[in-house]
Amino acid sequence: MRIATDPMHQFQVSKLLDLNVGGYDISFTNSALFMVIGVLLVIGFLAFATSKMGTVPNRVQSLAEIWYSFIAGIVKDVNHAPGKPFIPLVFSLFSFIFIANMLGMFPYWFTTTSHIAVTGFMAIFTIGLVIVVGLMKKGLGFFKIFVPSGVPFVLLLIVTPIEIISFLSRPISLGMRLFANMLGGHVALKVFAGFIPSLALALGGLGMLMGGLLVMPLIVGVTALEFLVSFLQAYVFAMLTCVYLNDALGEAH
Amino acid sequence: MEGLNYVGAGLACLAMLGAAIGVGNIFASYLDGAMRNPSAAPQQFGNLIFGFAVTEALGIFGFAIALILIFAV
Repeated sequence: MRIATDPMHQFQVSKLLDLNVGGYDISFTNSALFMVIGVLLVIGFLAFATSKMGTVPNRVQSLAEIWYSFIAGIVKDVNHAPGKPFIPLVFSLFSFIFIANMLGMFPYWFTTTSHIAVTGFMAIFTIGLVIVVGLMKKGLGFFKIFVPSGVPFVLLLIVTPIEIISFLSRPISLGMRLFANMLGGHVALKVFAGFIPSLALALGGLGMLMGGLLVMPLIVGVTALEFLVSFLQAYVFAMLTCVYLNDALGEAH
Repeated sequence: MEGLNYVGAGLACLAMLGAAIGVGNIFASYLDGAMRNPSAAPQQFGNLIFGFAVTEALGIFGFAIALILIFAV
């Protein structure tokens, strides 16, 4: 009963296989297990869908095509032609986050994206990539993104620090958004579900019935909302990656 | 002074107020515009989600402060 009503218990990382290399703890955890499952699912599905390719796609193949062209569409809309080399990157990010979020929706399964270690790494990688690509494409001219054109010099003294702060807060907000949404949603689900045992403890069988009739529809509704959030956050992460890449690829603004 | 960090965490929830107003404004304006010119609405869906995500981040910063106050101070 205690485990069932503790909303934070689902986020505990536990070791499945103890591994120690050179003093570093690199144990295989339940978090790592679900990352591997997610990646294998994506690769397996795409390999299966493209194994028997035809000019007229069958059902599985057209699902994979919709998936791919959805991401390619975002990149084309935001980055236009220079964004083409980055379609595989954005596709991988979207697929990994989407599958991790969806696996987390199964009861008692682990949500990899509800840990800031995972989402924070992806965010830092994305912003690091923007800086590297920007420096490679434009050289030192990349830093013009901090100095908007057509702004009077006096205003630049204020605008430039603001632009620098907003650039530096991007990895934080990008990682925090995904992490906080997944954590918040799952905690809310567990808290609502915890109403049923509390009611049952307080009122006995009547409480169990009331909990079932009143709380259960609420949980079903919130779960449906969580599925929407799972997709939306993966979409938002992919789209923000494109928007940030635009600083490195697009014209100076 | 014990426990005041919990008060701070509660106050950090006020960030939700601002995020709620902001996100509500964005979707209200989008619907407003979409009802007036439905044919132009689909092209602006990406902008809608972008604005939603950027606004929501500020509410999430409040959540981060609450987490820091409870677990890290």
